Amino acid sequence: MSRRPYVREIPKFRWFFRQPRYLRYMARELSCLFIGAYALMMVWGSKQLADGPATWGAFLERLHSPSSIAFHVLALGFALYHTITWFNLTPKALPVQVGGEFVPDGVIVGAHYVGWGLLSLAVLYFAGAF
Amino acid sequence: MSERVVELEVLRYNPETDSEPHFQRYSVSCEEEWVVLDALNKIKETIDPTLSYRWSCHMAVCGSCGMMVNGEPKLACKAFLRTFDGVIRVEPLAHFPIERDLVTVIDDFVMKLKRVKPYLIPKQDKPVSEGEYLQTPAELKKYKQYTLCINCMLCYAACPEYGLIPNYIGPAAIALAHRYNQDSRDGGRDERQEEIAATEGVWDCSFVGACSEVCPEHVDPAGAIQQVKIKSMVDWYKEHLMPWVKK
Repeated sequence: MSRRPYVREIPKFRWFFRQPRYLRYMARELSCLFIGAYALMMVWGSKQLADGPATWGAFLERLHSPSSIAFHVLALGFALYHTITWFNLTPKALPVQVGGEFVPDGVIVGAHYVGWGLLSLAVLYFAGAF
Repeated sequence: MSERVVELEVLRYNPETDSEPHFQRYSVSCEEEWVVLDALNKIKETIDPTLSYRWSCHMAVCGSCGMMVNGEPKLACKAFLRTFDGVIRVEPLAHFPIERDLVTVIDDFVMKLKRVKPYLIPKQDKPVSEGEYLQTPAELKKYKQYTLCINCMLCYAACPEYGLIPNYIGPAAIALAHRYNQDSRDGGRDERQEEIAATEGVWDCSFVGACSEVCPEHVDPAGAIQQVKIKSMVDWYKEHLMPWVKK
């Protein structure tokens, strides 16, 4: 009897349509593009601010365009998806054992949300919001 | 006990006669509480004795009967027929070559498992007369979940990275290496790091997390891999930025 194992090829670009969990993963990966694009826009905005009030005003004006608003809504959605999905994974990467027991996942995830909130408050404080 | 006719579509491949696999449909009378493995056994006993598949314990302990059930990696002995509607599609575990019908070639996994030295390498050998290597319950707890791995390879069938990068060591082997690295009695971490801290080790993982979702024993290989990534990164920083600090 001869052996002739059959190898099934994996579709290089369509594999993530095979399972909803793969699609969720790809959405999480894709979210970084929007976060990256938003970061670039912030850098560009800082440059406009440095160039003087007229350029800064024009930049703010452009932010009110429908395409800019659509981008912001999309970027916000992906940023939230990115944050929530990664925060939910933190207990896997950073388990904390106290004595004989592991700290519940919810506490580790919750600590990240608390940290997020505190950092956001700090940013708002330095921005002069209070 | 009520019976019903279940339709199964099973991927068949005979290396002696087939150029590629094909599906074969079976109608088999099953009892309500049966699992997919029971249906396959009934097919083999009463309809088609040529059907090939691996199984042994029928109680989710041996890890032999892993297969794709409706596209999801499952132990056939733990996949209850009543949880599926319509035709149940049964295929060999994804990402492994098919030896025959539902039997896959698992040599790749076995070789990778061997490479990570999944056994205790004591820090210091001591004679039996000095007694056991003692461990506290807290030290045991640190790695206990990983000891539940039954080497069923469902995690490999779920991992798209393994499917796309065949050299990737993969979830179960890394989880088992981590299990021994976490063991207070063990001193073999440096030897295992050679394999798992390499590109083909943890760095081929992009944290899809499918391995942990499909694990029938609720082991968390995805977690183990991320923990190894963090520890390996700390090693790197220590080595390059603080060479005076001992590991």
